[in-house]
Amino acid sequence: MTENVREVIIVGSGPAGYTAAVYAARAQLEPLVFEGSQFGGALMTTTEVENYPGFRDGIMGPDLMEQMRAQAARFGAELRAEDVEAFDLTGDVKSVTVNGKQHRAKAVILAMGAQPRYLQVPGEQRLLGHGVSSCATCDGFFFRDQDIAVVGGGDSAMEEATFLTRFARSVTIVHRRAEFRASRIMLARAQANQKIRFMTGAVVTEVHGDGAVTGLALRDTATGEETKLAVTGVFVAIGHEPRSDLVRGQVEVDEDGYVRTAQPGTATSLDGVFAAGDLVDRTYRQAVTAAGTGCAASIDAERWLAERAHKHAEQTEHAEQTALAPATT
Amino acid sequence: MGANTVTVTEASFDEDVLQSDKLVLVDFWATWCGPCRMVAPVLEEIAAEHSDTLTVAKLDIDQNPSLARDYRVLSVPTLILFKGGEPVKQIVGAKPKTALLNALADYL
Repeated sequence: MTENVREVIIVGSGPAGYTAAVYAARAQLEPLVFEGSQFGGALMTTTEVENYPGFRDGIMGPDLMEQMRAQAARFGAELRAEDVEAFDLTGDVKSVTVNGKQHRAKAVILAMGAQPRYLQVPGEQRLLGHGVSSCATCDGFFFRDQDIAVVGGGDSAMEEATFLTRFARSVTIVHRRAEFRASRIMLARAQANQKIRFMTGAVVTEVHGDGAVTGLALRDTATGEETKLAVTGVFVAIGHEPRSDLVRGQVEVDEDGYVRTAQPGTATSLDGVFAAGDLVDRTYRQAVTAAGTGCAASIDAERWLAERAHKHAEQTEHAEQTALAPATT
Repeated sequence: MGANTVTVTEASFDEDVLQSDKLVLVDFWATWCGPCRMVAPVLEEIAAEHSDTLTVAKLDIDQNPSLARDYRVLSVPTLILFKGGEPVKQIVGAKPKTALLNALADYL
């Protein structure tokens, strides 16, 4: 029914998952990688990646991920475009359930990344794909010469707003605070853009529209005054949340759901379970840092497996010696 | 593109989609859309596994903007299932295979 116990299973297919796969495959650990039915992670929804070292002129996010995937495959990582349904990580042998089938391994590397956060206001989910979007590069095209909004105050909000001015007539950045978390270069780029307006100290309370978005209801955070903003599109860029739902209650996570790892290193609270990338990282969240921790997780897993094998060999030797010793009565 | 899907255009849409005897799942996609690339192999699989009842058709929205407009597509990928020439189901965004099959289960 169940197949053999693997050395390592890797779950995730962003820079962390594929880098872990490259290292594990090269270490002859024959990793099984569950990529999910949508491979590539967060970079699949970006355009030009200008800050990944080694690509002087930049590279398109999806192209970079296809390269990483092919590199992992070249060294023999077994890549499966299937979604994990459940984890059982607490035992000596860990198991991962996919399509109702259990796959077992001694070690597991978690690299499921993060997913976009939504506003959780009325109208938002109903109008998702009908003017509400979390992916400017996917959907910006549809808002040519229209007035749209971007919600958020971080780098991704600035990047999306700047990108969207290629299409839109105007882009209003709606942000609940007066200060921005965005880096200086990204904020300055947005502020210098003639098409971008800023509306700070305002929160979105509702997305209006029947079949498509017609506007936003806003509330001033200082005065409580309610206003409306007529837009046909709203791009939500208020950050990400770690995809740790399936492992919570097993590995330790922090108050926001990020998997906790022993610093320095990638070991989680469970022996033989390692974690990397955006699932862990609340600070840097870059493609290159994700790749870096993916590499570290693979090396940590490899060393852990070697120690485990060494211990087992000693125990077996000890057990054999005990068995061979003459019985004393 | 893939071996199991057909490419449709504004010229062939009427014959290949609206007049089709089979169910047709039209993938409104774009070359510049990462999630479209993510879901493409999943659609190939679904096309291969359900070829008796379902045709999966790829429609490039840059090449065929009027169809995207007619069907009020505001996000890619958007999948629209046609039955007897009528859109009966719309799925927005790249979804896992099991989620896609669940969404199509009433029709397949």
